[in-house]
Amino acid sequence: MSRRLIPIVWLALLHIAVIGADFFAPYDYTQQNRSMPFAPPTRIHLIDPVSGLLARPFVCESTPVTYVEDCSRRFPIRFFQRRLFGVEEPAVIYLMGSDDFGRDQFSRFLHGGRVSLFAGLLACGISLGIGLLFGAAAGFYRGRLDDFIMGAVELSLALPWLYLLLAARAILPLNTDPSSAFLLIVALVGIVGWARPARLIRGAVLSAREREYVLVARGLGASDAHLLRRHLLPQLGGLLATQASLLIPRYILAEVTLSFLGLGVNEPAASWGNMLAILQRYHVLASYGWMFFPALLLIPTFLSYLALTTAYAPRNQVNHIGALPL
Amino acid sequence: MKRYLLRRLARGLLILIGVSICSFVLADLARGDFFAEARLNSRISKETIAALREQYGLDRPILWRYAHWLASVFHGDWGFSLSYNMPVGPLLWARMQNTLLLTVSAMLLTWIAAIPLGVWIASTGARVNRLLSWSAVAMLMATPDLLVVLVLELIATHSGLLPLGGMISLEYSQMNVWDRVQDLARHLALPVTALVLSSAPAVVTHTVSAMRETLDSAFIRAANANGLRRGRLLFFHALPAAANPLISLFSLSLGALLSSSLIVESALGWPGLGRLMLEATLQRDGYVVIGVVMLSAAFLVCGTLIGDMLLYWADPRIRRE
Repeated sequence: MSRRLIPIVWLALLHIAVIGADFFAPYDYTQQNRSMPFAPPTRIHLIDPVSGLLARPFVCESTPVTYVEDCSRRFPIRFFQRRLFGVEEPAVIYLMGSDDFGRDQFSRFLHGGRVSLFAGLLACGISLGIGLLFGAAAGFYRGRLDDFIMGAVELSLALPWLYLLLAARAILPLNTDPSSAFLLIVALVGIVGWARPARLIRGAVLSAREREYVLVARGLGASDAHLLRRHLLPQLGGLLATQASLLIPRYILAEVTLSFLGLGVNEPAASWGNMLAILQRYHVLASYGWMFFPALLLIPTFLSYLALTTAYAPRNQVNHIGALPL
Repeated sequence: MKRYLLRRLARGLLILIGVSICSFVLADLARGDFFAEARLNSRISKETIAALREQYGLDRPILWRYAHWLASVFHGDWGFSLSYNMPVGPLLWARMQNTLLLTVSAMLLTWIAAIPLGVWIASTGARVNRLLSWSAVAMLMATPDLLVVLVLELIATHSGLLPLGGMISLEYSQMNVWDRVQDLARHLALPVTALVLSSAPAVVTHTVSAMRETLDSAFIRAANANGLRRGRLLFFHALPAAANPLISLFSLSLGALLSSSLIVESALGWPGLGRLMLEATLQRDGYVVIGVVMLSAAFLVCGTLIGDMLLYWADPRIRRE
């Protein structure tokens, strides 16, 4: 059971933290602290240095630039004061360090998660929606419509996914405000990825409509809408769930990649992709390891989705999990 | 077979024509063109820009441009790149060679390493072995390729053993042949490793699941009972029987040869097709974008075609149909 529980718990925690970012993040994600660029993650002290006993968690002030701790004054961490936690000025609490403008990486991570995680979710919804519409129509009505839709599927599968995304991105204005850039990316990623789900759904509908109970229902005079609603679409639940757990991480990665390349959501808005973009500078890459945090936290997230896929997919479907080249 | 092949070829050609029309329409819809930035420059007059647009045919209707482009494809020109000021064809050709050098070597290494590993995981009896290797594969699978590239770059920066980016050193032109090969290999090491690490897990998992199914079957148990040596049993009896899904995957990765390396190329500065695509996208160099998309679509179509032929050749059951 824990094989299914752990991933669900992790994903739930992540999503809650991200949705409640305004409360969980100690700082505003745009708040700059120019005197503290690339500050390492703040150390949280639990042991009283004098008595050696457990103390109330506190942080120390650290000098700008050199970041040497000065523990002559203690700054206890205060909980539930407008935000979940925080410390008094001039001390700072940067759980994941700070970036080149001295912005708190942890707060940016939470706010960036809103963009990245929900880009994945929404784009997956769009893909599955389009796939369901066209796939079910093709599988149910057959004939010319089927030929036409499957031709379109073949055409879009012949296009390399990431290149298509880039080419489509080229059409759209590059310098847009973050929220419309977000919507653009979601729509693009979702629309570009419609073909594979559509083909799978068509196959499932095609095999389901030949089942005996469907034939019986049809023989008894059930209308097309009734057949689709009562007998065919409910069959697709499992397929849709596995497809969703496959597509969401891919789409999250698509947003991260686009933003990393500078084609996605722009500063000052945060997204996991544009937080990682700074690692393209060699000195940042080499010296400030904590800038990797957003990418590192993608691993448990993707692992969770992977675990969900393998846990819920029928055995024969697991085969195709890795077979989706970008 | 011949008729089947011809039909598939015709279908592939049709798809490519469709792709070209789609990319043309998409490029036409693009807001702003290559001269959009020049228009902001007050020192360049409107008349100059209009004259430039006319010179390159940007003001013509889309059908005229499409016909013109088709004609230039047959000449090997593939349109004209405005940012490189040269025909697209030679540009694509050079970049494609670089990308193929990278991806083909990565693909060879991936398959050479992943298949034995997959066979071993599928056949090993020890639970610990299986669990460990399996979690390693799952871990790699969940690691975004972006992170793989960045971590490799980090290692290279700290060790200082490998060059960080680009394809050749500055002194390349003065080197003798042997040094050139070495130099190229040193530059290849990092991007190839990144590609292998990001593509191997899929191959391993496919090998494992196909092999597990085969190893359960009666003929393997019979062969085992007859005392066949383990290596022979696994690689000459079980692996060919488990080959079908692997061949499908092989054709997919064959088709993705031109499009799988975009992130690695752009992060590590490898002068390949992916980077060209990225730059052309940012500069609105329409014909280059169309050229790259066409070329990689052609590879994908050819990949599936080759995969189908391989399946036909490898599996008598398909041949009979």
